[in-house]
Amino acid sequence: MTQTMLNLHEMEISFGPQHPSTHGVLRVMVKIDGERIVDAKPIIGYLHRGTEKLFEAMNYPQCVPHTDRMDYVASATNNQGFVGAVEKLLGLTEQIPRRAKIIRVMLAELQRISSHLLWLATHAIDLGAMTPFFYTFRERELILDLFEDYCGARLTLNCMRIGGQADDIDAAWIQKLNDFLGIFDAALDEYESLLTMNRIWRKRTIGIGVIAPDDAIDWGLTGPPLRGSGIEWDIRRAFPYEVYSELKFEIPVGRNGDTYDRYLCRMEEMRQSKKILEQCISMIAETKEGDLKAKVSRVIRPPEGEAYFSVECPKGELGYYIISDGKNQNAYRCHVRPPSFVNLSALPDLVKGHLVADMVAVIGTIDIVLGEVDR
Amino acid sequence: MSATLPVVASLFGSIPEPMVQWVVWPTIKFVIAFAIIMGIVAFTTLVERRVLGFMQARLGPNRVGPQGILQFVADPIKLLLKEDIVPAGAQKAAYFIAPMLPIIPAFLVFCLIPFGPPPTFAITDVNVGLLLILALTSTGVYGIILGGWASNNKFSLLGGLRSAAQMVSYEVPFGLSIVGVLMLSGSLSLVEIVHRQELGVWNVLPQLVGCFIFLVAMTAEVNRAPFDLPEAESELVAGFHTEYSGMKFAFFFLAEYASMLVNACLIVILFFGGWTLAIAGKGLTTETMQTMGWLGLSLGFLIFAAKVAFFMILYIWFRGTFPRYRFDQLMELGWKWMIPLALVNIVVTGIVILLVRNGGA
Repeated sequence: MTQTMLNLHEMEISFGPQHPSTHGVLRVMVKIDGERIVDAKPIIGYLHRGTEKLFEAMNYPQCVPHTDRMDYVASATNNQGFVGAVEKLLGLTEQIPRRAKIIRVMLAELQRISSHLLWLATHAIDLGAMTPFFYTFRERELILDLFEDYCGARLTLNCMRIGGQADDIDAAWIQKLNDFLGIFDAALDEYESLLTMNRIWRKRTIGIGVIAPDDAIDWGLTGPPLRGSGIEWDIRRAFPYEVYSELKFEIPVGRNGDTYDRYLCRMEEMRQSKKILEQCISMIAETKEGDLKAKVSRVIRPPEGEAYFSVECPKGELGYYIISDGKNQNAYRCHVRPPSFVNLSALPDLVKGHLVADMVAVIGTIDIVLGEVDR
Repeated sequence: MSATLPVVASLFGSIPEPMVQWVVWPTIKFVIAFAIIMGIVAFTTLVERRVLGFMQARLGPNRVGPQGILQFVADPIKLLLKEDIVPAGAQKAAYFIAPMLPIIPAFLVFCLIPFGPPPTFAITDVNVGLLLILALTSTGVYGIILGGWASNNKFSLLGGLRSAAQMVSYEVPFGLSIVGVLMLSGSLSLVEIVHRQELGVWNVLPQLVGCFIFLVAMTAEVNRAPFDLPEAESELVAGFHTEYSGMKFAFFFLAEYASMLVNACLIVILFFGGWTLAIAGKGLTTETMQTMGWLGLSLGFLIFAAKVAFFMILYIWFRGTFPRYRFDQLMELGWKWMIPLALVNIVVTGIVILLVRNGGA
């Protein structure tokens, strides 16, 4: 009786914001009974930079580099979402040259692979498998080299412009991309040989952090956390943008909605991204070199109105909602719908009743980036 | 022993003979062995990082000295010079004692382990050597529990608790897996156990199950991957030694590596014929080595070292390959699989021994 009153068997620990496996500065206040989690409460905001407010004070082209810094491991898709939203606001969407669209898709898919590689690295090392970390970084390095060749930056790319692309790609770049795609399947098999059938890996992931399909929809999850529960939903298929309607690719879905299924989903997504890139390489050969930009006035002042544009970023649906008052060169309001933020909201329900070690697995499997959560 | 080195022995002329045999010589040998083992243990940390680097497509430390081989000297110097932080609210006395507790038994055990053909390389040959080793190694856990508790840190406390549960669970299969070997050799003396193996076959063949259980249990007992739960960095930051810095941290570290070495030595002695390379009394037996003089004895030591090195590398290989077990899964593996399996192994060994004896008679 006394014990229940004083809660002597429960202990509250502050998991983060400086903790090896919270992927940045997430803080989770965890109430534990022995090793079992009674309650978990994520506390966010340690990386808040007021990006949305900044957007109101800058003209549209100035905003693009700031989108890089939201999901800093997948900046190409962030650029894509923002420029897409502004183009929609300007009514330019149909006028973007085909070559620019294909380049955007290629960059986005490369970014998807690189983001998933980083996810695999951190997820595996969180569960104690050290070696995949180094193997995935070996391949991610090649992708970053490709980015560097394209736009000069490796991480915060700032690689897309409103109305098209600034830089073209050449035969040497395509050759380098082909080299990378040539080794990538073998690399994926190598990671899988360390994890997929490993007894300990399966024990640590199967049945952990199960998301029921209905819950996933109710919580508004997107990306692999939604598809892992068996729901085939992908913005690239549901609302095709750029050239996705012409591309052949499959949307991998899981069955049980647990950590292991999400792992398999992401591994397969990387393979599908590779397929998309191969199709893009043959598609881009048919377009005219240098035809990269639609006619855009030098001062971008969209007409009064609002636009919502979303892309499938590696972590889920990334949406930009922009309101223009028609008078200024800056947005009246810009809201970002980051997948990490929404997906993170499922954390408390996913970890309740599990052990501390499982919480690490769950944080890893929903793949959050705090730059995007806090904005 | 005193007969082989009469000059040195004459120095102890005034000391009674049994005293020389049981106290003086073992002490000298232990001091020499301690210095060498300290070096080996420190060197292991370098080997681990280099081998892991090789497995993980990276280099590992290669800056201090040629190929980085002086890194193992640089590390202790760095740790010695570091500030020694005592966290606020720590239980001071316990916090200071905790790092010493695991390192004492870990090094003391080396008194009992023969590194090569006796008598030169065996510091002592105690007739209950194996029991004494088990007793000593199992006291190492006190330091970890105490350190985890005294740090005034919740992560440390959890690490200490995990460690306590883990070591208690794995001492049992660790001990049980040896029983089969004891039944075969009929002795607790390590020298005798090796002697039995060179006359017959290495124990790994008749005791394959026991050897496997021992291998898993020894990995779990020293908190190595995939059983490195007490210091699981992605969960508990650094577990029981989160708050320890400088030389206190180094003590925990050294104790862990010394225990690894002890266990690698034990598995070689118990299951892989120790320093011999012989089957059914043929090949390089202890006796052959002793008749070959110093050359043979050194050869025995080198064979032993090579076998131990293999198991040390195996630990590192495990670390490069496996994810980490979860706490409850680890307990499950220990209590539901390893202990029953070890018990079955004992029963089967007993029956077979009885049958063979009766058949032979």
